[in-house]
Amino acid sequence: MKRFVRLFVELDRTTRTTEKVAALERYFAAVPPADAAWATSVLMGRRVKRAAGTGQLREWVAEASGTPLWLVEESYDAVGDLAETLALLLPPPGPDAPPPPPLHRVMEDWILPLPELDDEATREVVETAWRHLDETERLVFHKLLTGGFRVGVGKKLVTRALAAHAGMDPAVLAHRLTGPWSPDPDTFRTLVDPDADLPDAGRPYPFLLAHPLQLDPLEPEGARELGPVSDWIVEWKWDGIRAQLIRRDEEVLLWSRGEEVVTPAFPEIEEAARLLPPGTVLDGELLAVGDDRPLPFAELQRRLGRKRVGPKILRDVPVKLLAWDLLEDGGRDARALPQAERRGALEALFRNLPERGIPLALSREVDAPDWEALARLREGARDRGVEGFMLKRRDAPYGAGRERGTWWKWKVDPLTLDAVLMYAQRGHGRRASLYTDYTFGVWDGDDLVPVGKAYSGLTDKEIRETDRWIRRHIVEKFGPVRSVEPGLVFELAFDSIRRSSRHRSGVALRFPRMARRRPDKAPAEADTLARVRALLPPAEGHGPAGPGDG
Amino acid sequence: MPSPPPTIRPTDLVVPDAGGLFVPAADLWIDPRRPVPRALVTHGHADHARSGSEHYLAAASGAEILRLRLGREISLQTLEFGEVLQVGDARISLHPAGHVLGSAQVRIEVGGDVTVVTGDYKRQPDPSAEPFELVPCRTLVSECTFGLPVYRWPDPSGVMEEVLRWWEENREAGRTSILCGYAFGKAQRLLASLTPLLGDDPPAPILVHGAVERLLPPYRQAGIHFPPTDKAGVEEARAHKGRALVIAPPSAAGTPWTRKFGPVSVGFASGWMRVRGMRRRRAGDRGFVLSDHVDWDGLMDTVEETGAERVLLTHGAATAAVRFLREERGLAAVELPREDR
Ligand SMILES: [Zn+2]
Ligand SMILES: [Zn+2]
Repeated sequence: MKRFVRLFVELDRTTRTTEKVAALERYFAAVPPADAAWATSVLMGRRVKRAAGTGQLREWVAEASGTPLWLVEESYDAVGDLAETLALLLPPPGPDAPPPPPLHRVMEDWILPLPELDDEATREVVETAWRHLDETERLVFHKLLTGGFRVGVGKKLVTRALAAHAGMDPAVLAHRLTGPWSPDPDTFRTLVDPDADLPDAGRPYPFLLAHPLQLDPLEPEGARELGPVSDWIVEWKWDGIRAQLIRRDEEVLLWSRGEEVVTPAFPEIEEAARLLPPGTVLDGELLAVGDDRPLPFAELQRRLGRKRVGPKILRDVPVKLLAWDLLEDGGRDARALPQAERRGALEALFRNLPERGIPLALSREVDAPDWEALARLREGARDRGVEGFMLKRRDAPYGAGRERGTWWKWKVDPLTLDAVLMYAQRGHGRRASLYTDYTFGVWDGDDLVPVGKAYSGLTDKEIRETDRWIRRHIVEKFGPVRSVEPGLVFELAFDSIRRSSRHRSGVALRFPRMARRRPDKAPAEADTLARVRALLPPAEGHGPAGPGDG
Repeated sequence: MPSPPPTIRPTDLVVPDAGGLFVPAADLWIDPRRPVPRALVTHGHADHARSGSEHYLAAASGAEILRLRLGREISLQTLEFGEVLQVGDARISLHPAGHVLGSAQVRIEVGGDVTVVTGDYKRQPDPSAEPFELVPCRTLVSECTFGLPVYRWPDPSGVMEEVLRWWEENREAGRTSILCGYAFGKAQRLLASLTPLLGDDPPAPILVHGAVERLLPPYRQAGIHFPPTDKAGVEEARAHKGRALVIAPPSAAGTPWTRKFGPVSVGFASGWMRVRGMRRRRAGDRGFVLSDHVDWDGLMDTVEETGAERVLLTHGAATAAVRFLREERGLAAVELPREDR
């Protein structure tokens, strides 16, 4: 535990990628596989079963430190990180405190058994841990306990450091670390053994992610960067769930981008996948479709995460996997082939499948002679119920993770509205001491009605200025939320809007963010709810909606 | 729920008004925010000592710093710690606050009733300031800069050892260590705390920013020992970069001024460094938890040990501490109106 906490501190201290990777490498070189396995698992964001509720933890800390519960909350509000707040509140351990056990013992002896224990026994374990740990160790322990471990290193950095340490190709390691593996020393030794021959059945490839296109292909700079449209495979960007369908030996597995197996929720896809030759892996977008138009994303969510789906929901929310890439062909890893060749093989594969009546379809290529024609088509995207285009470079291989320049999302321009700042809340982590999370409203008669929350889009300077304004104009407190006088107008941009019975305004915005401040506008000049509702798609149409994986 | 919240009463010995804390019996203001006929200044920090008043009253050991900051020409009367001055109906005396050199608490006695105004204070050891003196009173007006229980200071000697380790790591990596703390108070505390650890023979030169250096003479006059230092000029930077420890005000961090030192590691010494979010917002490489203000435990101890029945809190976010004193300690506690700073 001591060594892992030192790693945590080192990672926390720097924002430089090279220093983070170096700290990780030092760590992997210093600890036995039993600890390295758990560290890898935790740092990659893999969750263990939630061991203790944060509510219980707050109460126990309150009692142990003689702090009333409301003061624990006030402190959390100022610190912005619960695990840290609780560690700061606890009385320091005595001088004869026993040393902390190694990380794998902390995980296996303390944290993993907790979900099976009752409150009293859980509390005993937690208090035992506190006796062994100093302040920073407690902070890390609380993070492990509540399952939220984020220290600014993602899968990619951990993989990079571990690959360097093990002398492996990062792509091979990334593939091995995708999907389930048990964080025990034997498994871990095999994972990082360059010569190990691992059975791959069921394991997905790391997803290649698309970046939002910031360039405008119609401007000279964008045109230069992107080249002619014929260099690109263009497809419609649908609003669904990114998924990988694996058909190997007798196995069929459907993976979501969150690297979870979702096969049980989509039995019709599992059945159709048996039509594919063994040794096939498809990459695509999982959609809910009704009469050849996409259903709102929320409908798809009704199916996701189910262990069993009944006949009613199968009928109400039919789904389809729109395949747009072929990662494994005839049992061979096809990722190194150029996009155009993979596309050709994918088309050939679909020629051998029935054209209708199965929930597998080929994502169509959009034909356009030039960027102008494509831009004109894109204007109609919203009416088609799509988000825009996917652009895939014809000559590029399928890379791992977020490589720039291979795949772009060219989304339709966002919708905007002018809204008034109504509520503010402090941010978390780096922004914990500033009011950075805002709720905005529009006018409904003389009242402001909240239409959306946003916390991105401002520069640091603008955030500080807004924070200062907020502090001087607080009207009321509700827990961590502050209501402010209606005084600031912001232009909000959002990707789409849909009806919502859960919101007082009757609408929900998708991906709202602050496009800019509008100091030139008085609050009374902000938009009205009627104008916002006018942006809604027609009632029968199924516009793209709901939170997706983008 | 407790009885209706106590308020500020006309019989109080100190009354907050637009100018600051007014003492009616003595017709003077403590740390006034605007020019007044008579100002009692607890210490030389800019949020306490402002120019423009006709007459000043301050602790003798802080007088030189006050003149440096407000000008030689001010009309200044000084008091030794513990010396009693009768002003109008009030007996006034000053007592060490432990905040910075010459920082004072104000004891006001009128007809047997005693009020103490702490000014800024701390209860931790500091070799550059007179140690805090506990002054019993019925009404305590206390600062509350760090009014939450998450603010609990570690032992300063452990913090100084961390500073030395950080300096050593930086020297090994060929980086200049830039340690930032307030130019008046914190910077001198850092230097004076290094003296017993380093003696007259630091492992590499210690350089001081001009704003810090300007305030060293009054400390030396008061008998405070510093390790040998040099000014942080261009020549010195060229000669000692990659090894030196530079003591600088926080405003110097991230400015072109630091460029002459080559690769640097920037540390901040402040109570705010107790919270990770603050450390990261400061954009420094390291945070050292070292504060010249009272922490939560120190505040609660002071309230208890003075025996105060009424507690007026000021100078920070006092809402939580006020509620805690009322509900958990059964004391009459009030938050003084917040000053605009
Ligand atoms: Zn001060
Ligand atoms: Zn102050």
